[in-house]
Amino acid sequence: MSSTAVEPRGWFKALLHVNGWLVYIFFYAPIILLVVFSFSASRNVGVWGGFTFEWYGEFWDSQATRDSLWNSVQIAVLSTLISVVLGTMAALALERFTFRGHRVFDALLYLPIIIPDVTMAVMLLLFFAQFFDVINAVFGTDLRKGFSSIVLSHIAFNISFVSVVVRARIAGMESRLEEAAMDLYATRWQAFRYVTVPQILPGILGGGLLAMTLSLDDVVITQFVTGPGWTTLPVYVFGLIRKGVTPLINAVSVVMLLGSVTLVALSILADRARSVGDT
Amino acid sequence: MTTPAVELKGITKRFGAVVAVDSIDLEIADGEFFAMLGPSGCGKTTTLRMVAGLDFPTEGSLKIFGDEVGTLPPNKRPVNTVFQNYALFPHMTVLQNVAFGLKMQGVDKSAAASQAREMIELVQLGGLEDRKSSQMSGGQQQRVALARALVNHPKVLLLDEPLGALDLKLRQEMQGELKRLQRELGISFVFVTHDQEEALTMSDRIAVMHEGQLLQVGSPEEIYEHPVNRFVADFIGQTNLLEGTIEDSATVCLANGVRVKATSSYSTGAKVALSLRPERAHLSMRGDGASDGSSIDGVIERMTYLGNARVYSVRLDWMEVEVREENRPGAALYEPGTEISIHWDPGAVWVVADS
Repeated sequence: MSSTAVEPRGWFKALLHVNGWLVYIFFYAPIILLVVFSFSASRNVGVWGGFTFEWYGEFWDSQATRDSLWNSVQIAVLSTLISVVLGTMAALALERFTFRGHRVFDALLYLPIIIPDVTMAVMLLLFFAQFFDVINAVFGTDLRKGFSSIVLSHIAFNISFVSVVVRARIAGMESRLEEAAMDLYATRWQAFRYVTVPQILPGILGGGLLAMTLSLDDVVITQFVTGPGWTTLPVYVFGLIRKGVTPLINAVSVVMLLGSVTLVALSILADRARSVGDT
Repeated sequence: MTTPAVELKGITKRFGAVVAVDSIDLEIADGEFFAMLGPSGCGKTTTLRMVAGLDFPTEGSLKIFGDEVGTLPPNKRPVNTVFQNYALFPHMTVLQNVAFGLKMQGVDKSAAASQAREMIELVQLGGLEDRKSSQMSGGQQQRVALARALVNHPKVLLLDEPLGALDLKLRQEMQGELKRLQRELGISFVFVTHDQEEALTMSDRIAVMHEGQLLQVGSPEEIYEHPVNRFVADFIGQTNLLEGTIEDSATVCLANGVRVKATSSYSTGAKVALSLRPERAHLSMRGDGASDGSSIDGVIERMTYLGNARVYSVRLDWMEVEVREENRPGAALYEPGTEISIHWDPGAVWVVADS
């Protein structure tokens, strides 16, 4: 028996090659087009009118785009920080301890990943409509639709994603390491600080970058729960399309694309750091 | 009486409905090399973990040098553990691993480093301080794990299957090394193993466990020569267990009616098994030896050649036994089918309860 896979031959092999190329074209042609036309001087999207940086300039000059970008960044950073802490705690609880309702909690934590965005958006909208007044009355807070509701919504779905990523990392970590630390006179907190955290850090970083990407990209949920003055960049772009597509959208999209690619690249690097640390 | 290093009284550990350790009484003296031996799942590791503080007993009293430690967390106990598969911290260097315990105890950084370096020398890993633990071989990781535990000067060192992951040659080398370290440091080493040979060669005393029960505690000789029951006789070394009944204090009537001499204190009529070690039995052609109460007839079934010995499987009336003949020049050869007698020196057999 040969250990290598059966090598395809002749026309079959050629078809496989074509298939591969088609997939790549399908994936990347729109992205390439987007990037190319973001430098097009023509006002009509899809018509090449010579090279220009005009749209990027307009993007930067427009108060509305700059504001929405800044909104997006603030929301992404804050919701990521909070969901990383909560998601990691949930992951630790589920992976290291058994308690009443463990399975229910486990299943519920996956829900935000599974249910459609629109459903989640409507749920959250209802929730904020019903309960912000109550919460504000009870706790004396000043929650209103806008920044707080968007951040809370993003935390709500990001906790799930963070905890899934961190859990995978904890599951791969030997639980005896914590025991070994405590055997070597570490308190529970010290064992966590000096052994658990460094071990699961790549997972926390990866989960955080994923959360940030999701927060920066979200349109549906954000659009439902946003309030006056809190338009995020993707929501803004979506709004622009309704007024008619201009190459400005292309430029904004390229900026967002760059941001996403950077975050994904960083999370891959974090992932690589983890495998290097293991071998 | 000096205070025992470790003292267990009525220690029981239950996990839900499962009784992992069933009311154990045990004393381990200071400076002793002590083995806890048994098949997997017998409760030996759970017992060790309770001494370390990684599990807490459900019932009973656990003392270390006279101090009750039953529910103290592991970081409050003067013991350290060498874990199965070592559990070295992968993100730390060898030096950081070894210095970890000192750091946690608040030892000043440079003092901790120099003590750790000394200990790394002692386990013969000098020069490898800055390696990551994942870059070390199994044997080296074992030494790092030892150094990491010993640098804290524990009053008792606990070792959980310390040599299990090593290949045979390295294992033998480390056995010698562990004995040397234990003699030099003069503290008790308590180690858990399922390998009876390892337990016999290394320990001052052995505790044999089975299904959560402590069956027997004694020196390797006591355990090998005078096992308390069938299980211990069978688990330690190899043996043939010939069922029979006690006829009087000096005679056992075997299952086929043959009477053999064997002293025991079991009452008449008690069901027992006669333990006859393969290396203590000898073969001769039938009729050559006198029937003196230290022999039984059988037929050669097959022979296994081991190089330094031949092991004969001999069919008796109701069972098969093994006899080991050393491969000396001129040693007699018996073909399968040969009618022979197995005989032994009086006192070579041992009676155990058949339960």
